Amino acid sequence: MKKLINAVDDVVKEQLEGMALAHPDYVKVHFDPTYVYRADAPVEGKVALISGGGSGHEPMHGGFVGYGMLDAACPGEVFTSPTPDQMYEAALAVNGGAGVLFLVKNYTGDVLNFETAAELAYADGIAVQSILIDDDVAVKDSLYTAGRRGVGTTVLAEKIVGAATEARYDLKQCADLARKVNKYGRSMGMALTSCTVPAAGKPTFELGDDEIEIGIGIHGEPGMRREKMKAVDEIVDDMMAEILDDGPYARTVREWDNEHGEWIDVELIDPPFEAGDEIIAFVNSMGGTPVSELYAVYRRVAQICEGRDINIVRNLIGPYITSLEMQGFSITLLKADEEILKFWDAPVNTPGLRWGV
Amino acid sequence: MTVTKEQIVTWLEETAVVLNENKEYLTELDSPIGDADHGINMTRGFNKVMEKLPTVADKDIGNILKTTGMTLLSSVGGASGPLYGTFYMRAGMAVMAKEELSNEDLYKMLQAGVDGVVQRGRAVPEDKTMIDAWTPAMSALKAAVEAGDDTVTALEKSVAAAEQGMKDTIPMQARKGRASYLGERSIGHQDPGATSSYLIINALLETVKGV
Repeated sequence: MKKLINAVDDVVKEQLEGMALAHPDYVKVHFDPTYVYRADAPVEGKVALISGGGSGHEPMHGGFVGYGMLDAACPGEVFTSPTPDQMYEAALAVNGGAGVLFLVKNYTGDVLNFETAAELAYADGIAVQSILIDDDVAVKDSLYTAGRRGVGTTVLAEKIVGAATEARYDLKQCADLARKVNKYGRSMGMALTSCTVPAAGKPTFELGDDEIEIGIGIHGEPGMRREKMKAVDEIVDDMMAEILDDGPYARTVREWDNEHGEWIDVELIDPPFEAGDEIIAFVNSMGGTPVSELYAVYRRVAQICEGRDINIVRNLIGPYITSLEMQGFSITLLKADEEILKFWDAPVNTPGLRWGV
Repeated sequence: MTVTKEQIVTWLEETAVVLNENKEYLTELDSPIGDADHGINMTRGFNKVMEKLPTVADKDIGNILKTTGMTLLSSVGGASGPLYGTFYMRAGMAVMAKEELSNEDLYKMLQAGVDGVVQRGRAVPEDKTMIDAWTPAMSALKAAVEAGDDTVTALEKSVAAAEQGMKDTIPMQARKGRASYLGERSIGHQDPGATSSYLIINALLETVKGV
Protein backbone atom coordinates (compact mmCIF):
# COMPACT_ATOMS: atom_id res chain seq x y z
CA MET A 1 0.00 0.00 0.00
CA LYS A 2 1.36 3.39 -1.02
CA LYS A 3 -0.57 6.29 0.49
CA LEU A 4 0.21 9.78 1.72
CA ILE A 5 -0.50 9.01 5.33
CA ASN A 6 1.28 8.85 8.66
CA ALA A 7 -0.11 6.38 11.21
CA VAL A 8 -3.14 4.50 9.88
CA ASP A 9 -5.18 5.33 12.99
CA ASP A 10 -4.63 9.07 12.49
CA VAL A 11 -5.68 9.28 8.84
CA VAL A 12 -9.11 10.88 9.23
CA LYS A 13 -8.08 13.14 12.10
CA GLU A 14 -5.03 14.54 10.30
CA GLN A 15 -6.93 15.09 7.07
CA LEU A 16 -9.61 17.03 8.96
CA GLU A 17 -6.95 19.08 10.74
CA GLY A 18 -5.55 19.98 7.34
CA MET A 19 -8.98 20.94 6.12
CA ALA A 20 -9.57 23.20 9.11
CA LEU A 21 -6.21 24.90 8.51
CA ALA A 22 -6.94 25.34 4.81
CA HIS A 23 -10.45 26.79 5.11
CA PRO A 24 -10.81 28.71 8.38
CA ASP A 25 -13.23 31.17 6.74
CA TYR A 26 -15.63 28.36 5.88
CA VAL A 27 -15.41 25.62 8.43
CA LYS A 28 -14.39 24.62 11.89
CA VAL A 29 -13.67 21.07 12.94
CA HIS A 30 -14.75 19.73 16.31
CA PHE A 31 -13.09 16.60 17.68
CA ASP A 32 -14.38 14.11 20.22
CA PRO A 33 -16.89 13.70 18.78
CA THR A 34 -15.86 14.62 15.26
CA TYR A 35 -17.88 16.95 13.06
CA VAL A 36 -17.18 19.70 10.53
CA TYR A 37 -19.41 22.76 10.89
CA ARG A 38 -19.93 26.17 9.37
CA ALA A 39 -17.65 28.81 10.80
CA ASP A 40 -20.70 31.08 11.31
CA ALA A 41 -22.95 28.42 12.85
CA PRO A 42 -25.58 28.45 14.17
CA VAL A 43 -27.40 30.61 11.65
CA GLU A 44 -30.38 32.05 13.48
CA GLY A 45 -33.79 31.09 12.12
CA LYS A 46 -32.43 28.85 9.36
CA VAL A 47 -33.03 25.12 9.09
CA ALA A 48 -29.73 23.35 9.71
CA LEU A 49 -28.79 20.79 7.07
CA ILE A 50 -26.58 17.96 8.26
CA SER A 51 -25.17 15.01 6.42
CA GLY A 52 -22.42 12.54 7.07
CA GLY A 53 -21.04 9.17 6.28
CA GLY A 54 -17.82 7.28 6.09
CA SER A 55 -14.68 9.18 5.09
CA GLY A 56 -12.99 8.49 1.77
CA HIS A 57 -15.57 10.26 -0.42
CA GLU A 58 -14.04 13.72 -0.27
CA PRO A 59 -14.93 16.43 -1.01
CA MET A 60 -18.29 14.99 0.16
CA HIS A 61 -19.42 15.73 2.86
CA GLY A 62 -17.03 18.01 4.76
CA GLY A 63 -16.07 19.94 1.64
CA PHE A 64 -19.69 20.94 1.18
CA VAL A 65 -20.04 22.68 4.51
CA GLY A 66 -20.60 26.40 4.09
CA TYR A 67 -23.02 29.00 2.79
CA GLY A 68 -25.75 27.51 0.61
CA MET A 69 -25.02 23.89 1.36
CA LEU A 70 -24.41 21.97 4.61
CA ASP A 71 -24.34 23.36 8.13
CA ALA A 72 -22.45 20.34 9.41
CA ALA A 73 -20.94 17.09 8.22
CA CYS A 74 -20.14 14.06 10.34
CA PRO A 75 -17.22 12.05 8.99
CA GLY A 76 -16.78 8.46 10.13
CA GLU A 77 -13.69 6.34 9.75
CA VAL A 78 -12.83 5.52 6.14
CA PHE A 79 -15.88 3.84 4.58
CA THR A 80 -17.45 3.44 8.02
CA SER A 81 -20.56 5.26 9.13
CA PRO A 82 -20.10 7.95 11.77
CA THR A 83 -21.66 7.39 15.19
CA PRO A 84 -24.84 8.87 16.71
CA ASP A 85 -22.99 11.07 19.20
CA GLN A 86 -21.32 12.89 16.30
CA MET A 87 -24.62 13.61 14.57
CA TYR A 88 -26.37 14.50 17.79
CA GLU A 89 -23.69 16.93 18.94
CA ALA A 90 -23.43 18.44 15.46
CA ALA A 91 -27.20 19.00 15.58
CA LEU A 92 -26.88 20.78 18.92
CA ALA A 93 -24.05 22.94 17.59
CA VAL A 94 -25.69 24.14 14.36
CA ASN A 95 -29.38 24.21 15.22
CA GLY A 96 -30.46 27.82 14.65
CA GLY A 97 -33.87 27.28 16.20
CA ALA A 98 -35.63 26.21 13.00
CA GLY A 99 -34.82 22.53 13.33
CA VAL A 100 -32.41 20.08 11.79
CA LEU A 101 -32.69 18.06 8.59
CA PHE A 102 -30.55 14.95 8.24
CA LEU A 103 -29.71 13.89 4.69
CA VAL A 104 -28.84 10.21 4.94
CA LYS A 105 -27.38 7.98 2.25
CA ASN A 106 -29.11 4.62 2.23
CA TYR A 107 -26.47 2.38 3.71
CA THR A 108 -27.45 0.23 6.66
CA GLY A 109 -24.78 1.70 8.92
CA ASP A 110 -25.60 5.31 8.07
CA VAL A 111 -29.31 4.66 8.45
CA LEU A 112 -29.07 2.95 11.86
CA ASN A 113 -26.70 5.57 13.29
CA PHE A 114 -28.72 8.53 12.00
CA GLU A 115 -31.92 6.93 13.31
CA THR A 116 -30.38 6.74 16.77
CA ALA A 117 -29.19 10.35 16.48
CA ALA A 118 -32.64 11.57 15.41
CA GLU A 119 -34.13 9.97 18.52
CA LEU A 120 -31.49 11.64 20.72
CA ALA A 121 -32.05 15.08 19.13
CA TYR A 122 -35.81 14.74 19.41
CA ALA A 123 -35.49 13.79 23.07
CA ASP A 124 -33.62 17.09 23.54
CA GLY A 125 -36.48 19.07 22.04
CA ILE A 126 -34.87 19.72 18.66
CA ALA A 127 -37.26 19.51 15.69
CA VAL A 128 -35.71 16.91 13.42
CA GLN A 129 -36.47 15.34 10.05
CA SER A 130 -34.50 12.71 8.23
CA ILE A 131 -34.62 12.09 4.49
CA LEU A 132 -33.04 9.08 2.81
CA ILE A 133 -31.16 9.31 -0.48
CA ASP A 134 -31.50 6.04 -2.44
CA ASP A 135 -30.74 6.65 -6.10
CA ASP A 136 -28.44 3.86 -7.30
CA VAL A 137 -30.20 2.00 -10.11
CA ALA A 138 -27.58 -0.75 -9.98
CA VAL A 139 -29.69 -2.14 -7.14
CA LYS A 140 -32.77 -3.54 -8.82
CA ASP A 141 -35.09 -4.65 -6.09
CA SER A 142 -35.81 -3.30 -2.64
CA LEU A 143 -37.64 -6.32 -1.24
CA TYR A 144 -34.66 -8.63 -0.89
CA THR A 145 -31.94 -6.06 -0.40
CA ALA A 146 -31.35 -3.09 1.88
CA GLY A 147 -32.71 -1.00 -1.00
CA ARG A 148 -30.98 1.30 -3.47
CA ARG A 149 -27.80 2.89 -2.19
CA GLY A 150 -27.39 6.61 -1.77
CA VAL A 151 -24.83 7.91 -4.25
CA GLY A 152 -24.49 10.88 -6.65
CA THR A 153 -27.86 12.44 -5.98
CA THR A 154 -26.64 13.14 -2.45
CA VAL A 155 -24.31 15.89 -3.73
CA LEU A 156 -27.09 17.50 -5.76
CA ALA A 157 -29.54 17.27 -2.83
CA GLU A 158 -27.06 18.91 -0.47
CA LYS A 159 -26.64 21.81 -2.93
CA ILE A 160 -30.33 22.27 -3.69
CA VAL A 161 -31.73 21.82 -0.18
CA GLY A 162 -28.88 23.88 1.26
CA ALA A 163 -29.95 26.78 -0.96
CA ALA A 164 -33.54 26.31 0.20
CA THR A 165 -32.46 26.62 3.83
CA GLU A 166 -30.80 29.94 2.97
CA ALA A 167 -34.13 31.04 1.43
CA ARG A 168 -35.64 30.23 4.84
CA TYR A 169 -37.72 27.26 3.79
CA ASP A 170 -39.10 25.73 6.97
CA LEU A 171 -38.21 22.22 8.10
CA LYS A 172 -41.13 20.52 6.39
CA GLN A 173 -40.53 22.39 3.13
CA CYS A 174 -36.86 21.41 3.22
CA ALA A 175 -37.76 17.76 3.87
CA ASP A 176 -40.30 17.80 1.03
CA LEU A 177 -37.74 19.29 -1.34
CA ALA A 178 -35.10 16.74 -0.34
CA ARG A 179 -37.60 13.93 -0.90
CA LYS A 180 -38.40 15.35 -4.33
CA VAL A 181 -34.76 15.65 -5.38
CA ASN A 182 -34.24 12.02 -4.36
CA LYS A 183 -37.37 11.03 -6.28
CA TYR A 184 -36.11 12.69 -9.45
CA GLY A 185 -32.48 11.56 -9.23
CA ARG A 186 -30.96 8.32 -10.54
CA SER A 187 -27.34 7.21 -10.62
CA MET A 188 -25.06 4.45 -11.76
CA GLY A 189 -21.35 3.90 -11.18
CA MET A 190 -18.51 1.75 -12.48
CA ALA A 191 -14.94 0.95 -11.51
CA LEU A 192 -11.77 0.39 -13.53
CA THR A 193 -9.79 -0.43 -10.39
CA SER A 194 -10.40 -1.31 -6.76
CA CYS A 195 -9.35 0.90 -3.86
CA THR A 196 -7.50 0.36 -0.60
CA VAL A 197 -8.87 1.30 2.82
CA PRO A 198 -5.79 2.43 4.79
CA ALA A 199 -6.64 0.30 7.82
CA ALA A 200 -7.11 -2.80 5.63
CA GLY A 201 -3.88 -2.23 3.72
CA LYS A 202 -4.93 -4.11 0.60
CA PRO A 203 -7.50 -3.59 -2.16
CA THR A 204 -11.11 -4.18 -1.16
CA PHE A 205 -11.66 -6.45 -4.16
CA GLU A 206 -9.57 -7.89 -6.96
CA LEU A 207 -10.15 -6.71 -10.51
CA GLY A 208 -8.11 -8.05 -13.41
CA ASP A 209 -6.16 -5.70 -15.70
CA ASP A 210 -8.71 -6.17 -18.46
CA GLU A 211 -11.80 -6.22 -16.23
CA ILE A 212 -14.28 -3.55 -15.13
CA GLU A 213 -16.98 -3.66 -12.47
CA ILE A 214 -20.36 -2.22 -13.48
CA GLY A 215 -22.83 -0.99 -10.88
CA ILE A 216 -20.34 -0.34 -8.13
CA GLY A 217 -21.28 1.55 -4.97
CA ILE A 218 -19.05 4.16 -3.36
CA HIS A 219 -17.32 1.94 -0.81
CA GLY A 220 -15.39 -0.33 -3.09
CA GLU A 221 -18.11 -2.90 -2.66
CA PRO A 222 -18.46 -5.10 -5.71
CA GLY A 223 -21.07 -4.08 -8.26
CA MET A 224 -23.79 -5.84 -10.24
CA ARG A 225 -21.60 -7.47 -12.88
CA ARG A 226 -18.04 -7.80 -14.08
CA GLU A 227 -17.13 -7.31 -17.74
CA LYS A 228 -14.15 -7.11 -20.03
CA MET A 229 -12.79 -3.61 -20.59
CA LYS A 230 -14.35 -1.86 -23.56
CA ALA A 231 -14.61 1.58 -25.21
CA VAL A 232 -15.91 4.46 -23.12
CA ASP A 233 -18.89 4.99 -25.46
CA GLU A 234 -19.99 1.38 -24.98
CA ILE A 235 -19.67 1.65 -21.20
CA VAL A 236 -21.65 4.90 -21.11
CA ASP A 237 -24.30 3.43 -23.44
CA ASP A 238 -24.88 0.57 -21.00
CA MET A 239 -25.00 2.80 -17.93
CA MET A 240 -27.26 5.41 -19.52
CA ALA A 241 -29.65 2.64 -20.60
CA GLU A 242 -29.82 1.41 -16.99
CA ILE A 243 -30.68 4.93 -15.81
CA LEU A 244 -32.99 6.09 -18.60
CA ASP A 245 -34.87 2.81 -19.00
CA ASP A 246 -35.29 2.26 -15.27
CA GLY A 247 -38.99 1.89 -14.54
CA PRO A 248 -40.91 3.28 -11.57
CA TYR A 249 -39.05 2.43 -8.36
CA ALA A 250 -41.31 1.66 -5.41
CA ARG A 251 -40.20 0.97 -1.85
CA THR A 252 -41.04 1.66 1.77
CA VAL A 253 -38.68 3.87 3.76
CA ARG A 254 -38.65 4.93 7.38
CA GLU A 255 -39.04 8.61 8.17
CA TRP A 256 -39.08 10.32 11.53
CA ASP A 257 -42.46 11.73 12.55
CA ASN A 258 -41.38 14.74 14.55
CA GLU A 259 -44.91 15.45 15.80
CA HIS A 260 -45.44 12.06 17.40
CA GLY A 261 -41.82 11.17 18.03
CA GLU A 262 -41.81 7.87 16.20
CA TRP A 263 -40.65 6.22 13.00
CA ILE A 264 -43.24 5.83 10.29
CA ASP A 265 -43.17 3.83 7.08
CA VAL A 266 -43.52 5.97 3.97
CA GLU A 267 -44.32 4.52 0.54
CA LEU A 268 -42.31 6.19 -2.22
CA ILE A 269 -42.39 5.76 -5.99
CA ASP A 270 -39.81 7.36 -8.28
CA PRO A 271 -41.17 8.05 -11.78
CA PRO A 272 -39.00 7.11 -14.78
CA PHE A 273 -37.43 9.68 -17.10
CA GLU A 274 -39.45 10.76 -20.12
CA ALA A 275 -38.76 12.48 -23.43
CA GLY A 276 -39.01 16.22 -22.93
CA ASP A 277 -37.55 16.14 -19.40
CA GLU A 278 -35.11 18.85 -18.39
CA ILE A 279 -32.25 17.44 -16.34
CA ILE A 280 -29.07 18.24 -14.46
CA ALA A 281 -26.34 15.82 -15.61
CA PHE A 282 -23.60 15.02 -13.10
CA VAL A 283 -20.54 13.09 -14.23
CA ASN A 284 -18.41 12.19 -11.23
CA SER A 285 -14.93 10.73 -10.82
CA MET A 286 -14.47 7.92 -8.27
CA GLY A 287 -11.22 9.64 -7.31
CA GLY A 288 -8.57 8.18 -9.63
CA THR A 289 -10.09 9.02 -13.00
CA PRO A 290 -8.89 12.33 -14.49
CA VAL A 291 -11.27 15.09 -15.49
CA SER A 292 -10.23 14.65 -19.12
CA GLU A 293 -11.79 11.18 -19.19
CA LEU A 294 -14.92 12.55 -17.49
CA TYR A 295 -15.35 14.85 -20.49
CA ALA A 296 -15.17 11.82 -22.78
CA VAL A 297 -17.95 10.34 -20.68
CA TYR A 298 -19.96 13.56 -20.74
CA ARG A 299 -19.65 13.75 -24.54
CA ARG A 300 -21.47 10.44 -24.84
CA VAL A 301 -24.00 11.31 -22.11
CA ALA A 302 -24.91 14.47 -24.02
CA GLN A 303 -25.23 12.58 -27.32
CA ILE A 304 -27.53 10.00 -25.77
CA CYS A 305 -29.72 12.62 -24.11
CA GLU A 306 -30.04 14.53 -27.35
CA GLY A 307 -31.07 11.36 -29.15
CA ARG A 308 -33.80 10.73 -26.57
CA ASP A 309 -35.09 14.29 -26.49
CA ILE A 310 -33.89 14.84 -22.93
CA ASN A 311 -32.60 18.32 -22.36
CA ILE A 312 -29.49 18.78 -20.19
CA VAL A 313 -30.00 22.26 -18.74
CA ARG A 314 -27.14 22.18 -16.21
CA ASN A 315 -24.16 19.93 -15.60
CA LEU A 316 -21.56 19.18 -12.96
CA ILE A 317 -18.34 17.41 -13.90
CA GLY A 318 -15.54 16.45 -11.55
CA PRO A 319 -14.60 14.44 -8.46
CA TYR A 320 -17.30 15.22 -5.88
CA ILE A 321 -18.30 11.86 -4.37
CA THR A 322 -15.29 9.61 -4.55
CA SER A 323 -14.07 6.21 -3.39
CA LEU A 324 -10.52 6.97 -2.31
CA GLU A 325 -8.16 6.39 -5.27
CA MET A 326 -10.53 4.18 -7.28
CA GLN A 327 -10.56 4.75 -11.01
CA GLY A 328 -14.03 4.89 -12.45
CA PHE A 329 -16.96 7.23 -12.66
CA SER A 330 -20.62 7.61 -11.97
CA ILE A 331 -23.43 9.29 -13.84
CA THR A 332 -26.30 10.99 -12.03
CA LEU A 333 -29.28 12.42 -13.87
CA LEU A 334 -31.71 14.62 -11.99
CA LYS A 335 -34.99 15.76 -13.46
CA ALA A 336 -35.07 19.48 -12.76
CA ASP A 337 -38.25 21.48 -12.30
CA GLU A 338 -38.37 25.22 -11.72
CA GLU A 339 -37.89 24.95 -7.96
CA ILE A 340 -34.91 22.61 -8.27
CA LEU A 341 -33.25 24.78 -10.92
CA LYS A 342 -33.77 27.96 -8.88
CA PHE A 343 -31.97 26.45 -5.91
CA TRP A 344 -29.31 24.82 -8.10
CA ASP A 345 -28.43 28.24 -9.52
CA ALA A 346 -28.46 29.97 -6.13
CA PRO A 347 -25.09 31.04 -4.70
CA VAL A 348 -22.99 28.46 -2.91
CA ASN A 349 -19.73 29.07 -1.08
CA THR A 350 -18.03 25.99 0.30
CA PRO A 351 -14.51 24.54 0.03
CA GLY A 352 -15.73 21.97 -2.51
CA LEU A 353 -18.38 23.81 -4.52
CA ARG A 354 -18.59 27.51 -5.18
CA TRP A 355 -20.49 29.74 -7.57
CA GLY A 356 -22.53 32.93 -7.67
CA VAL A 357 -20.57 34.59 -4.88
CA MET B 1 -25.21 -22.00 39.53
CA THR B 2 -24.96 -18.31 38.91
CA VAL B 3 -22.92 -15.93 36.79
CA THR B 4 -21.22 -13.32 38.92
CA LYS B 5 -20.51 -9.69 38.19
CA GLU B 6 -16.80 -10.49 38.07
CA GLN B 7 -17.50 -13.09 35.39
CA ILE B 8 -19.44 -10.53 33.34
CA VAL B 9 -16.44 -8.21 33.48
CA THR B 10 -14.16 -11.10 32.53
CA TRP B 11 -16.52 -11.96 29.67
CA LEU B 12 -16.15 -8.43 28.27
CA GLU B 13 -12.36 -8.58 28.65
CA GLU B 14 -12.28 -12.02 27.03
CA THR B 15 -14.45 -10.67 24.20
CA ALA B 16 -11.96 -7.87 23.59
CA VAL B 17 -9.09 -10.38 23.49
CA VAL B 18 -10.90 -12.75 21.16
CA LEU B 19 -11.99 -9.96 18.80
CA ASN B 20 -8.44 -8.64 18.64
CA GLU B 21 -7.20 -12.17 17.88
CA ASN B 22 -9.81 -12.48 15.14
CA LYS B 23 -9.52 -8.93 13.82
CA GLU B 24 -8.05 -9.94 10.47
CA TYR B 25 -10.26 -13.00 10.15
CA LEU B 26 -13.42 -10.90 10.61
CA THR B 27 -12.16 -8.27 8.19
CA GLU B 28 -11.35 -10.97 5.65
CA LEU B 29 -14.87 -12.39 5.96
CA ASP B 30 -16.16 -8.86 5.41
CA SER B 31 -14.10 -8.29 2.24
CA PRO B 32 -15.97 -10.36 -0.36
CA ILE B 33 -19.47 -9.44 0.88
CA GLY B 34 -19.02 -6.19 2.80
CA ASP B 35 -16.52 -3.42 3.04
CA ALA B 36 -13.63 -5.04 4.83
CA ASP B 37 -13.92 -3.27 8.15
CA HIS B 38 -15.82 -5.50 10.57
CA GLY B 39 -12.78 -6.70 12.50
CA ILE B 40 -11.28 -3.22 12.54
CA ASN B 41 -14.48 -1.64 13.85
CA MET B 42 -15.23 -4.27 16.47
CA THR B 43 -11.72 -4.16 17.94
CA ARG B 44 -11.77 -0.36 17.99
CA GLY B 45 -15.05 -0.53 19.92
CA PHE B 46 -13.99 -3.18 22.40
CA ASN B 47 -10.62 -1.54 22.99
CA LYS B 48 -12.62 1.54 24.02
CA VAL B 49 -14.77 -0.65 26.26
CA MET B 50 -11.57 -1.88 27.91
CA GLU B 51 -10.61 1.74 28.64
CA LYS B 52 -14.03 2.43 30.17
CA LEU B 53 -14.46 -0.81 32.07
CA PRO B 54 -12.30 0.03 35.11
CA THR B 55 -14.50 3.07 35.83
CA VAL B 56 -17.66 0.96 36.08
CA ALA B 57 -16.36 -2.42 37.24
CA ASP B 58 -17.69 -1.79 40.75
CA LYS B 59 -21.22 -1.03 39.48
CA ASP B 60 -23.98 -3.61 39.00
CA ILE B 61 -24.17 -5.88 35.96
CA GLY B 62 -26.88 -3.78 34.34
CA ASN B 63 -24.76 -0.64 34.51
CA ILE B 64 -21.64 -2.38 33.28
CA LEU B 65 -23.44 -3.68 30.20
CA LYS B 66 -25.20 -0.38 29.57
CA THR B 67 -21.88 1.45 29.63
CA THR B 68 -20.48 -1.18 27.27
CA GLY B 69 -23.36 -0.53 24.88
CA MET B 70 -23.02 3.26 25.03
CA THR B 71 -19.30 2.95 24.38
CA LEU B 72 -19.80 0.70 21.36
CA LEU B 73 -22.52 3.01 20.03
CA SER B 74 -20.12 5.94 20.00
CA SER B 75 -17.00 4.16 18.82
CA VAL B 76 -17.79 1.36 16.37
CA GLY B 77 -19.72 3.05 13.58
CA GLY B 78 -21.04 1.14 10.60
CA ALA B 79 -24.09 -1.04 11.16
CA SER B 80 -22.36 -2.99 13.91
CA GLY B 81 -22.15 0.06 16.18
CA PRO B 82 -25.87 0.68 16.66
CA LEU B 83 -26.62 -3.07 16.57
CA TYR B 84 -24.08 -4.23 19.15
CA GLY B 85 -24.56 -0.98 21.08
CA THR B 86 -28.27 -1.72 21.31
CA PHE B 87 -27.54 -5.35 22.21
CA TYR B 88 -25.52 -4.50 25.32
CA MET B 89 -27.70 -1.57 26.36
CA ARG B 90 -30.90 -3.63 26.21
CA ALA B 91 -29.18 -6.58 27.86
CA GLY B 92 -28.06 -4.26 30.64
CA MET B 93 -31.50 -2.76 31.13
CA ALA B 94 -32.93 -6.28 31.58
CA VAL B 95 -30.64 -6.98 34.56
CA MET B 96 -30.43 -3.57 36.21
CA ALA B 97 -29.14 -3.57 39.81
CA LYS B 98 -28.22 -7.25 39.70
CA GLU B 99 -24.89 -8.42 41.12
CA GLU B 100 -25.27 -11.99 39.92
CA LEU B 101 -27.40 -13.81 37.39
CA SER B 102 -29.41 -17.00 37.63
CA ASN B 103 -29.73 -19.03 34.43
CA GLU B 104 -33.14 -17.46 33.91
CA ASP B 105 -31.60 -13.98 34.33
CA LEU B 106 -28.87 -14.85 31.88
CA TYR B 107 -31.41 -15.95 29.30
CA LYS B 108 -33.59 -12.89 29.92
CA MET B 109 -30.56 -10.62 29.57
CA LEU B 110 -29.34 -12.06 26.27
CA GLN B 111 -32.86 -12.28 24.83
CA ALA B 112 -33.50 -8.61 25.64
CA GLY B 113 -30.31 -7.76 23.78
CA VAL B 114 -31.30 -9.82 20.76
CA ASP B 115 -34.80 -8.28 20.75
CA GLY B 116 -33.19 -4.86 20.65
CA VAL B 117 -31.03 -5.85 17.68
CA VAL B 118 -34.08 -7.11 15.79
CA GLN B 119 -35.98 -3.92 16.52
CA ARG B 120 -33.13 -1.69 15.36
CA GLY B 121 -32.02 -3.67 12.33
CA ARG B 122 -35.33 -5.24 11.32
CA ALA B 123 -33.64 -8.45 10.28
CA VAL B 124 -35.42 -11.79 10.26
CA PRO B 125 -33.84 -15.26 10.27
CA GLU B 126 -32.12 -16.24 7.01
CA ASP B 127 -31.37 -12.64 6.03
CA LYS B 128 -27.71 -13.66 6.55
CA THR B 129 -27.02 -11.48 9.58
CA MET B 130 -25.97 -11.83 13.23
CA ILE B 131 -29.57 -12.84 13.95
CA ASP B 132 -28.85 -16.16 12.28
CA ALA B 133 -26.36 -16.95 15.03
CA TRP B 134 -28.44 -15.49 17.86
CA THR B 135 -31.80 -17.06 17.02
CA PRO B 136 -30.69 -20.72 17.33
CA ALA B 137 -28.41 -19.80 20.23
CA MET B 138 -31.32 -18.34 22.17
CA SER B 139 -33.66 -21.23 21.36
CA ALA B 140 -31.06 -23.69 22.61
CA LEU B 141 -30.38 -21.63 25.72
CA LYS B 142 -34.07 -21.33 26.50
CA ALA B 143 -34.63 -25.07 26.17
CA ALA B 144 -31.57 -25.82 28.30
CA VAL B 145 -32.55 -23.37 31.04
CA GLU B 146 -36.09 -24.75 31.10
CA ALA B 147 -34.68 -28.29 31.31
CA GLY B 148 -32.71 -27.23 34.37
CA ASP B 149 -29.22 -27.66 32.86
CA ASP B 150 -26.33 -26.07 34.73
CA THR B 151 -24.91 -22.85 33.32
CA VAL B 152 -21.95 -24.41 31.54
CA THR B 153 -24.06 -27.10 29.90
CA ALA B 154 -26.73 -24.60 28.87
CA LEU B 155 -24.13 -22.28 27.37
CA GLU B 156 -22.39 -25.18 25.64
CA LYS B 157 -25.64 -26.05 23.90
CA SER B 158 -26.22 -22.41 23.05
CA VAL B 159 -22.72 -21.94 21.64
CA ALA B 160 -23.02 -25.13 19.56
CA ALA B 161 -26.28 -23.78 18.11
CA ALA B 162 -24.68 -20.38 17.46
CA GLU B 163 -21.77 -22.03 15.67
CA GLN B 164 -24.14 -24.05 13.50
CA GLY B 165 -26.20 -20.91 12.84
CA MET B 166 -23.03 -19.06 11.85
CA LYS B 167 -22.04 -21.82 9.43
CA ASP B 168 -25.58 -21.95 8.08
CA THR B 169 -25.16 -18.38 6.83
CA ILE B 170 -22.68 -19.64 4.21
CA PRO B 171 -25.28 -20.86 1.65
CA MET B 172 -27.68 -17.98 2.40
CA GLN B 173 -28.27 -15.07 0.05
CA ALA B 174 -28.02 -11.82 2.01
CA ARG B 175 -31.17 -9.71 2.27
CA LYS B 176 -29.95 -7.08 4.72
CA GLY B 177 -26.95 -4.81 4.95
CA ARG B 178 -24.29 -4.20 2.39
CA ALA B 179 -23.97 -7.86 1.42
CA SER B 180 -27.54 -7.79 0.09
CA TYR B 181 -26.38 -5.72 -2.89
CA LEU B 182 -24.41 -8.70 -4.15
CA GLY B 183 -27.52 -10.80 -4.65
CA GLU B 184 -26.51 -14.37 -5.47
CA ARG B 185 -22.85 -13.45 -5.22
CA SER B 186 -23.29 -13.25 -1.43
CA ILE B 187 -23.90 -17.04 -1.40
CA GLY B 188 -20.92 -19.11 -0.29
CA HIS B 189 -19.56 -16.65 2.25
CA GLN B 190 -19.93 -16.80 6.02
CA ASP B 191 -21.54 -13.71 7.50
CA PRO B 192 -19.05 -11.59 9.52
CA GLY B 193 -21.73 -10.36 11.95
CA ALA B 194 -22.91 -13.90 12.70
CA THR B 195 -19.26 -14.78 13.24
CA SER B 196 -18.56 -11.99 15.73
CA SER B 197 -21.80 -12.90 17.52
CA TYR B 198 -20.64 -16.51 17.81
CA LEU B 199 -17.27 -15.30 19.18
CA ILE B 200 -19.06 -13.16 21.78
CA ILE B 201 -21.29 -15.92 23.11
CA ASN B 202 -18.41 -18.39 22.99
CA ALA B 203 -16.37 -15.95 25.07
CA LEU B 204 -19.15 -16.08 27.66
CA LEU B 205 -18.96 -19.88 27.76
CA GLU B 206 -15.17 -19.84 28.07
CA THR B 207 -15.44 -17.32 30.89
CA VAL B 208 -18.03 -19.32 32.81
CA LYS B 209 -16.01 -22.50 32.31
CA GLY B 210 -13.11 -20.56 33.75
CA VAL B 211 -10.55 -21.51 31.12
